Amino acid sequence: MLRVEVSKRLGEFTVEAAFASEGRVTGLFGTSGAGKTSLINMIAGLLRPDRGIIAIDGETLDDTSARTHVAVYRRRIGYVFQDARLFPHLDVRENLDYGRRMNRLAEDGAQWRRVTELLDIGDLLDRRPGKLSGGERQRVALGRALLSQPRLLLMDEPLGSLDEERKEEILPYLVRLRDEAGIPMVYVSHDPSEMRKLATQIAIIKRGRVTAFGGTEVLPTANVPA
Amino acid sequence: MFDISPTEWTAILLSLRVATVATLVATPLAIAVAWLLARREFWGKALLDAAIHLPLVLPPVVTGYLLLLTFGRRGAVGAWLAEHLGLVFAFRWTGAALACGIMSFPLLVRPIRLSIEAVDRRLEQAAATLGAAPWQVFLTVTLPLALSGVLAGMVLGFAKALGEFGATITFVSNIPGETQTISSAIYSLIQTPDGDTAALRLVVISVLISTAALVASEWFSRRALLRLHGS
Repeated sequence: MLRVEVSKRLGEFTVEAAFASEGRVTGLFGTSGAGKTSLINMIAGLLRPDRGIIAIDGETLDDTSARTHVAVYRRRIGYVFQDARLFPHLDVRENLDYGRRMNRLAEDGAQWRRVTELLDIGDLLDRRPGKLSGGERQRVALGRALLSQPRLLLMDEPLGSLDEERKEEILPYLVRLRDEAGIPMVYVSHDPSEMRKLATQIAIIKRGRVTAFGGTEVLPTANVPA
Repeated sequence: MFDISPTEWTAILLSLRVATVATLVATPLAIAVAWLLARREFWGKALLDAAIHLPLVLPPVVTGYLLLLTFGRRGAVGAWLAEHLGLVFAFRWTGAALACGIMSFPLLVRPIRLSIEAVDRRLEQAAATLGAAPWQVFLTVTLPLALSGVLAGMVLGFAKALGEFGATITFVSNIPGETQTISSAIYSLIQTPDGDTAALRLVVISVLISTAALVASEWFSRRALLRLHGS
């Protein structure tokens, strides 16, 4: 269970959002500039709310009234960025292993095989991020986040920088991830069709506020241009 | 011409030792300061920046004299160090290393700072979301990505330390076998009748060492760049 009740002033713009989700995939849907990224940056701990509470499964990560703020690296929240952000000086294998090393987790061969097979990245292990296609990079970024064994996975427009063909290449992996990995996810997108395919609960974000929350029925019926 | 005398050998080896120790001791400190200047906002930042660059603009003899006042046997810091740690700088090769370290510090800090500033902070954020504590982010992401700048700074600092003259001779004088580096040996030889050939020999050696250092730095930064952009 993810509970978010935050307010944060960003220049002329204020994010003031509240929702609680039990879903396997919580979608944050809205046009660009609506405050979706600021919202998940707050969940990740990269951005500190001015006021409010963020909690996962009853554990408080942020509570401004109690001055609680758990540091990013202690949250165990995975984050897949739109721009992959693989470490250029490490090969794919080292990128994938990074989270395990930082958290001093034991090696888990079974988990490693599951993730590399799920994402079809077993053949890329010795390559450098510079030698990967956009779609491959995004799959490695997904694997890297998964292998750090997070309790929640945040995805900020993970298909945003890919063309239509690549999107179609990655979407099935995300669906498999949702059904097989057993990690709750927060998925940010401005694409209603991605939301329909992936999200189990959706928050509609407009100008920093949650204007509707529910199943796929809260999505606009016509495909609105992003 | 190429018959190097024992005194000259002593000066050459001493110069190498002084410059190596100065660079190795100054580098971790320079990395810390460069990181502070590149990544942190704090009160007195401009002052720290100015203090580091001071040896670059002060007459070296002034820096040397200030070192003598502070780290000399009767200097506040020097007396304390001699009494509590048995560490003496005045008229010792360690003093030469200290003078060289301070004179080369700005040259060491600058390229490191620039290369840290050039590291994409979004990569550091990604590392943090994967569970890396700030010191781990620094050691596994920031520092490796800034490596070419660190190496460039080290070579530049080493070259500067090798050639340092004014502050060193003011602080620790020109004692053969203890504080007489290549620079001060050349200075002495020029003032000695018939010292010209020996001086010229040391000049050639000094040019060779500096060139080798520059070639090495070029090679290291190329390798570091290759590492970054994948091969």
